Amino acid sequence: MNERTRLFGWILLLITLAVVPLFLHSARWIEFLEMTLFVAVLGQGWNILAGYGGQYSFGHALFFGTGAYIQALLQVKFGFSPWIAMWFAISGGVLVGAFVGYLSFRYGLRGSYFALITLAFAEAFLVLSRSLKSITEGGQGVQLPLNQDPEKAIATFQFNFAGPFLSEYGFYYTIFFILLLAYGLTAWMERSRFGAQLVAVRENEDAARALGINAFKAKMGAICLSAGITAICGVYYVQKFLFIEPGIAFGPAKSVEALFAPIIGGLGTLLGPLLGSLFIHSVGEMTKATIGQALGGRPGVDLILFGVILILVLAFLPRGLVGLLEAAWKRLTGDRNA
Amino acid sequence: MLEVRGINKTFGGLKAVTDANLSVSEGKIVSLIGPNGAGKTTLFAIIAGFLKSDSGSVTFDGSDITGKPPHWICQQGLVRTFQVVQPFTSLTVRENIAVGAHTRIAGRRKALARAADVAKLVGMEGMLDQSAGDLTISGRKRLELARALATEPKLLLLDEVMAGLNATEIHDLLPVIRGIRDNGVTIFLIEHVMQAVMSLSDYTYVLNQGIMIAEGEPKDVTSSPEVIEAYLGHGAAERIAKMGGGNA
Ligand SMILES: Nc1ncnc2c1ncn2[C@@H]1O[C@H](COP(=O)(O)OP(=O)(O)OP(=O)(O)O)[C@@H](O)[C@H]1O
Ligand SMILES: [Mg+2]
Repeated sequence: MNERTRLFGWILLLITLAVVPLFLHSARWIEFLEMTLFVAVLGQGWNILAGYGGQYSFGHALFFGTGAYIQALLQVKFGFSPWIAMWFAISGGVLVGAFVGYLSFRYGLRGSYFALITLAFAEAFLVLSRSLKSITEGGQGVQLPLNQDPEKAIATFQFNFAGPFLSEYGFYYTIFFILLLAYGLTAWMERSRFGAQLVAVRENEDAARALGINAFKAKMGAICLSAGITAICGVYYVQKFLFIEPGIAFGPAKSVEALFAPIIGGLGTLLGPLLGSLFIHSVGEMTKATIGQALGGRPGVDLILFGVILILVLAFLPRGLVGLLEAAWKRLTGDRNA
Repeated sequence: MLEVRGINKTFGGLKAVTDANLSVSEGKIVSLIGPNGAGKTTLFAIIAGFLKSDSGSVTFDGSDITGKPPHWICQQGLVRTFQVVQPFTSLTVRENIAVGAHTRIAGRRKALARAADVAKLVGMEGMLDQSAGDLTISGRKRLELARALATEPKLLLLDEVMAGLNATEIHDLLPVIRGIRDNGVTIFLIEHVMQAVMSLSDYTYVLNQGIMIAEGEPKDVTSSPEVIEAYLGHGAAERIAKMGGGNA
């Protein structure tokens, strides 16, 4: 697949994502798309560090939760505007990322050690957010006051009472915009020296260092970018649900959600996380509607299925759905150098 | 251009390199030979910043680079290749070489274009879009060379780039290496293929069990009895003299 076809495909895909909700006058389906894009962004955040940089994190909730808590607390406790709080939330995520990265990469922790460090930090933040009640409200979580004044919808970054269009589509286009940003950044990275050096470090760190690459710097860049994008997901989550608590913020669920989509979709590819998220959410909906119903609406069936899918992808599709797609494209066009 | 003074390195109890001294002058091809396990790769790794020596100093281009990190040393213009090739297997040949080119070139497009030029120098222009993981051993050796060359070094350390190649491939590679030197890159190489050592190098060092046992013009060095014995064992020099010569 050459650059041109690829660009054309992306434009088509993005236009589709931009207009499809306008034809869906069902809150449920718009919500479905919102969550799909949300996980696609979360996944891209993880993918930058793991897919491109080869540093597998098991604790990306750390950055999500940091972003979410800063966003919520600055508004509730200090009366910050969400639009200001946001910058602190993102910077906070980046700082935590830089700190964890510095500790791990300075001492050359790789592979499972790095995964364990990130997991340990996420767990530590989980415990801290539960126990530091005077700051975080502990286990009961932080609730943002609901704004019901349409005039203040934009100022409060809350679209529930924002008039006909925004109340329906406000959050969809917010996450769509965040997706454009995150994927734009990733696309830029793929075409930059930084990206090339990061991939080189992933492929073979010694060879990369011999060729003049500061591996530490490349990995630090990756974790900061990755953490920043993941923190934006935290900001989005808080504005949408007006609530955050330790389990949601720092629990393992978000860390797992962040890595599912890119692994299934295709590690280290721009499209992977989006494709993976679309696939996971579609399959999730279908299972809920079929098997889930048959079993009396019991939750968790979809999770078991995801586990099975993950194992199948790891076993048979090392390059994920993107690999499958490229193979199919090759067949279709007979293009030898796809 | 390169001055190595009093380098010592032990691994646990093993003395890998003992008081090694050598110098490589600009515009020359200098070789380092010696039997397996002599400490040649270890010495390269120390020079290029991959290993810290226990004592001694390395001076490159007039400045002390002892203990500096490899990426910094590479940026100063000293680059090494690996005896055990280390390709970026999931990247193409072009992308592999571009990684080296990025040391001097920020732009992606320019680095990729430069990669194509460098590929031509080592005879890889036909393999640019091939995956590095699919290359033959000869291809991988050339890629190792091309990537290092793309960093635009002043001094190139080549660790057995001929190993595993057949006679024709070696024959093809010799002029390539000479060409690199003629373009102004000083070369310091480790080699077991004697034909290559003899025909390429201006000066040769011999390392045996971590100790520099001889140095000089290649033809003098390789006929020295001490060197022959290091390679073939005690008494070998005498036997060979009786047989009327041979190549180690
Ligand atoms: N990282 C290491 N840890 C322990 N011992 C090492 C290490 N690297 C090398 N050695 C030992 O040091 C000695 C010198 O090894 P080195 O690889 O430098 O030899 P060499 O001259 O390059 O040999 P060859 O011609 O086989 O490549 C060997 O005995 C080797 O086993
Ligand atoms: Mg060696």
